[in-house]
Amino acid sequence: MILRLAFGSLLARALTVGMTILAIALSVALFLGVEKVRTGARASFADTISGTDLIVGARSGSVQLLLYSVFRIGNATNNVTWESYQDIASRPEVDWIVPISLGDSHRQFRVMGTTQAFFEHYRYRGGRSLVVGQGHGLDDLYDAVIGAEVAASLGYEVGDPIIVSHGLASFTDHDDQPFRVAGIVDRTGTPVDRTVIVSLEAIEAIHVDWQSGAQTGRTTPVERIRQMDLTPSAVTAALVGVKSRLQIFGLQRAINEYQEEPLLAILPGVALQELWQIVGVAETALIGVSAMVVVTALLGMMAMIFSSLNERRREMAIWRAMGARPATILGLLVLEAALMAAIGAILGLALLYAALFAAQPLVDSAFGLWLPIDPPTARELSVLAGVIGAAAIASLLPALRAYRLSLADGMMVRI
Amino acid sequence: MTDPALTLEDVRFRWPGRATFGLSVPGFHMTQGESVLLLGESGSGKSTLLSLICGIVTAERGRVEVGGTDLSTLRAGARDRFRAERIGVIFQQFNLLPYASVSDNILLPLRFAPERRKRAAPDEVATLCSALGLPVGITGATAGRLSVGQQQRVAVARALIGQPPLIVADEPTSALDAATQDTFLGLLFDRIAPSRSSLLMVSHDERLGARFDRVVRLVDIAQTERLAA
Repeated sequence: MILRLAFGSLLARALTVGMTILAIALSVALFLGVEKVRTGARASFADTISGTDLIVGARSGSVQLLLYSVFRIGNATNNVTWESYQDIASRPEVDWIVPISLGDSHRQFRVMGTTQAFFEHYRYRGGRSLVVGQGHGLDDLYDAVIGAEVAASLGYEVGDPIIVSHGLASFTDHDDQPFRVAGIVDRTGTPVDRTVIVSLEAIEAIHVDWQSGAQTGRTTPVERIRQMDLTPSAVTAALVGVKSRLQIFGLQRAINEYQEEPLLAILPGVALQELWQIVGVAETALIGVSAMVVVTALLGMMAMIFSSLNERRREMAIWRAMGARPATILGLLVLEAALMAAIGAILGLALLYAALFAAQPLVDSAFGLWLPIDPPTARELSVLAGVIGAAAIASLLPALRAYRLSLADGMMVRI
Repeated sequence: MTDPALTLEDVRFRWPGRATFGLSVPGFHMTQGESVLLLGESGSGKSTLLSLICGIVTAERGRVEVGGTDLSTLRAGARDRFRAERIGVIFQQFNLLPYASVSDNILLPLRFAPERRKRAAPDEVATLCSALGLPVGITGATAGRLSVGQQQRVAVARALIGQPPLIVADEPTSALDAATQDTFLGLLFDRIAPSRSSLLMVSHDERLGARFDRVVRLVDIAQTERLAA
């Protein structure tokens, strides 16, 4: 009965109570949303690369190497010469090695030169392989295999021509040597979705008439290029798998101490940890801000209860006259606050899921971030419980005031 | 017929924190089943007296006994329970929780009074409503939507449910017009008679006195003290 009366009392003040609940719901949705994006980003990053023991590149920072080689974020400062690459490839510990050559682009997507080995050895999300769902792999020199996102956003199908641009965001096209979409990789939720993959030789081929990053003016016919030796002089980075996990650190040290050229070998997991440490500060700030929003909403609720106390003094006097103890009145107000917070929390959760359903494809295409729609985790449920608990505690202040008022007023309130 | 329903002896009261107003009652008695009209102008300490009788405030001196129980011997929580069990209260107006249904309003005191709840018949809400001339089916209606006259009858039903030995009414008719007042009082007395409840009604209207066993002027039983503020 008390619960029913509390509901009735809230319903009677539908407008102010509704606004308060809405504020709580929005703040809860924001808080959980930030949490979702954070964990989604972490999972998505962590899922991007697996099965690779070492990433090798020119000496720079480990986070930088990880970002440009795997996530296509940022650029390499230097390359690895083909001789060094061959040296590493021929070491006895190396089981497999995949070269990566970056630097060109197609529209907003990056072009990556590699070998067939990339499709054999690249693993994501706990060991899954890439699947070229449509068409075939890199057979011809001018074959390009594109990611699912590239195909979806540019509307490409197998057989369509592709012109690769020189550099990133440039106006110079390699339009004398058009590529053909040979295959489309099934969606992976990794940067591969946003990558145009061509052969290492093709990267060399389109730069035949280029020297030191500038066009020479000559145009070598495609037929002649096909006859040329297209062994690259350098690659951007390489993914390495070792025969035994025990050899990882030995190989890493050997590469880091390589005499002929300054190289850097990193363990993807360790570099990812370093990345989290950097990003962690921003994450904490985000969580802090969204937590403050929740606190603000609860303060708003507290102010609402305070301002309603005066007009409810008559009601309190009725409760008292009917035999309610002041503690009952205190409990009633706390119960009302907890109810508001509970409704707000549930509404916030609903808002979050609605937003997730609406935004999931957008976020995926814009940021390559796949936010999973899962049932609420124990952590999220404990956040909701925390909000309800905090609301109950926040309402203690106005409730204590009501307690004192009802003691002082007795049945004497006159309107 | 001489069981004491209410006894005030040598009572002195002062509102805490308000040194300017106090009330003292040398002696006032009511027997069980008696109906008393207490006449007093507004501001003469009527409400304070009722708060004392209901045990919402306690006297700093003297005895306030309801049905033979000295309220000052009870702890605060027990006094609240005692009030719920033994006293039906009717206010001047705004008696009801406006957002609650009529039946929830009537049943509210029983929520705090287990013994009184046992005394109440399962269909007592409906019986009281029809006896008080309220329309059939009103019990589910929201109290705030009722007319003032209907609300006051619901308040009477709430005071009467479970037959508390003492009914305290604070100017319950002042919000009603003369004709309705008379009907209202008729209904109230009709319902009180079978349960032998005592009725203490406070009013400033002498014309109501004819129906009561006794009419007492507040100035004859109580002295108010007003000190310079």
